[in-house]
This record gives sequence, structure tokens and C-alpha cells, in this order.
Amino acid sequence: MCLSIPSKVISINGNKAMVSAGGTEYEASIQLLDDVEVDDYVLIHTGFAIQKISEEEAIKTFDLIKALDAIEDEIDKEDKR
Amino acid sequence: MKYIDEFRDKEMVELLIKKISSITTKDIALMEVCGGHTWAIQKFGIPSLLPKNIRLLSGPGCPVCVTSKKFIDQAVAFSRLKDVIITTYGDLIRVPGSTSSLNIEKSKGGDIRIVYSILDALQIAKENLTKKIIFLGIGFETTAPSSAAGVFNALNENISNFFLFSSHKIMPPAMAALIDEGVTINGYIAPGHVSVITGSHIYDEIPTKYGVGCVISGFEPTDILQSIYMLVKQIHDNNFSVEIQYKRVVKPEGNIKAQEIMKEVFTLRDDWWRGLGILKNSGLAVNEKYSNLDAEKMIPVIVEETKEEKGCICGEILKGLKKPKECKLFGKVCTTSNPVGACMVSHEGACNAYFRFNN
Repeated sequence: MCLSIPSKVISINGNKAMVSAGGTEYEASIQLLDDVEVDDYVLIHTGFAIQKISEEEAIKTFDLIKALDAIEDEIDKEDKR
Repeated sequence: MKYIDEFRDKEMVELLIKKISSITTKDIALMEVCGGHTWAIQKFGIPSLLPKNIRLLSGPGCPVCVTSKKFIDQAVAFSRLKDVIITTYGDLIRVPGSTSSLNIEKSKGGDIRIVYSILDALQIAKENLTKKIIFLGIGFETTAPSSAAGVFNALNENISNFFLFSSHKIMPPAMAALIDEGVTINGYIAPGHVSVITGSHIYDEIPTKYGVGCVISGFEPTDILQSIYMLVKQIHDNNFSVEIQYKRVVKPEGNIKAQEIMKEVFTLRDDWWRGLGILKNSGLAVNEKYSNLDAEKMIPVIVEETKEEKGCICGEILKGLKKPKECKLFGKVCTTSNPVGACMVSHEGACNAYFRFNN
């Protein structure tokens, strides 16, 4: 029910946008978002774009996961105390 | 697909599992609240990857599952009216009511149409001016703004034959109720797309009042595992808070525009949840300003007496107290092709997800 699909904005016409997900293009409302631009990635839920996807935050998430390798010793030390 | 494939990276999954296993050997029970998480967790086999001391419980976040049978019975009654077209998301059509379902009514000739969006229902209303078009509004804060936008647009475009029948609910009262009822939960994997709309502050009471952490999670394997890591770390450090793992779309303040349109159209009311009963201020009713578009107020109908099915333990499953396999009906009488309870109908229901991926 709460499934939302990451989709790329292809074109905008007023409150409507053509978006593309996995090669399928369809129309969605951008009524619930401000400042949507062509080439933005948005989450689509029940025909509405509900949020823009931040590339910067996606990269930060990867960096955080990869950085976990380095803090292994610290956690092990805590457990041994 | 961008923003999906990269979050299924094998090396990151392996690293996260190693990290989760190295923090603590304490027994920990984490609840994924959202049905989308339940589906993803079963699909990706997450429980089989985790150390034995970490258990995942499925929660009440499948809208179809918690919707009352009375709502289905009333939708069935609406569908029997000659001048009504029912428009609904596909999930709801196979949910059994007391003596019928929308699917059965459709096979008997009822005009019941599955739509992808409330915007499709508005289009049907414009094309069928002699009919009353009722849209069945179910879902949590993720879906409620689109229903609100549909009602708002109907009023502003003078579409007078469109009506919303709302069973929309909000998540935090159910999360608090589960802890109040004594269900053992050491951390919440909090719903990602609900939080896209609401922001993170709606969960603030859970750590401060109950000492239970919340991590708002995305839906891909590395998202879910990173969220589990963050929760286990909170438990290990005895430092509970609301954290956002799903930062690429969830902002602390949420989507203000979506929140505003919900406030414009809806008002809070007490609502009934399968398994939890009536929870104060947990449902969304169409408010007075939009009452001309409220199916409950505008379209009188006689609804049959609600009868619950015998033997179905959907309610206990929704509270994380029992697993689907503990139900006598599971996989025998109750299957995905012949569901007895709502939890077997929806893809997000715990029984459906267990049956598909785990049976």
C-alpha cells in the first residue's frame, strides 16, 4: 500500500509531470511538491509525487555503511569491558 | 533501476550482517511497523541472515489488514446501489466482508473498478455524471494526502458526483498502543513512506515515554539491515532516540505541503483497528467543510451486521504476538488464492508474505 516508486521526471506541464520508472513512462501529479524540475528523481505513490530523492543523501548513506568497517575495533573493545 | 539496485549490494549486506552480529548477544525483538517492510523482509530473506538473538515481529502497518470488516460490509452495501460506481485500490477487492466481498459483488454485476490513483476516480466521475462515484480511501499518512488532494480537487473543479469513503488511519497511536498492551518491543523499524509525509517528529514520544528507539527505514536490503544495526546499537548503548536511515527521502519536517492538504480536508476521529480495537484519534474523517463529498454523510445505506470469521488469528498476528504459522488455518484453509483473513489478502499482510516467501 505504501509502495512508492523512484521515478525520473521527463517533462512538466502545470501540476502534472511525465515520469519514467524502469523504462515505463506515465503521468503523475506534482501537486504535493514544490520546485520539481525535469531530471529530478521523485518518489511516486498512488499517482502523486510525494518527495524528491536526494542524490547527496543517498551517497552519504553508502559512505556511512562502508565506514562501519573501520569502527569494528571500538565496538569489540566495549563488549570486552 | 536507480535508487534500487545500488541498495541491494552484496558486499554492503555482508558487512552490515557482520556488524549487527558483533554488537551484542542479548535477545532483541524489533518490530517492523509497515507492511511494505514486512513484504521486503520476507522477500529478501532478512530473518535468515540475522543472528538468532535478533527477532523481527510484523506490526499493524498493513492498511488492508487493520481495516474493519464493517468498512468492507459498508462498501459492499454501497456497491449494491444502482446509481453507484465503486472505485478502489486493488488490495481491497478480495478482502472478505461478513457475507460477501467486492470481488463477489463485481462478479454479480456490481460496478466496481480498480484504479491506481484517486485521480483516475475523479476522471470516472467526470465521464459518468448520472452516477455517484465512491472512492474507498484506505491507507496511512502516505496515502491520505492523495485522498485529500482528490477531495480538494473535486470541490475546486465542481465535481459534485464524487465521494470519499474514508478509512484512513494514522500510525503513532497504534505504535503506542502496542507498547501499552505489553507487547515486548525493543525497537521500531519505523515506516519510511509514512515518514516522507509526516517527518520524524511524530515518533518523538516513543523513545522519551517508553524508552524504545525508532529508526525510519528504507525498503531495500541494505536500508533494512542498516536500520537494524542502528537500533541494535541504540539498545547496546542504552541511548534511545528517533533516527532517520532513509535520509534520501525523509526529512525531519516531512512534506509540509502534503501535511497541509491533509489538515485542510480531514479531521481526527477515534477509529477501530483489527487486533487493537478502538484507538483514540487514530482515524481520519472528512471534515465539515468537505462534508458534501463524504460518502458516509451523503449516501445513506443499510449495512448488514458484522460477523467475524472463526479461527482466524489476524488480530494477534498484527500485534506481533503470534506468527502466521501458529494459525490453524494458515496454508490449509487460508491461502493466497482463498484468503480467510485480511492478513492473507494484501501483499503487505504478514500471512501473505510468509505464505509466498517462507512456506
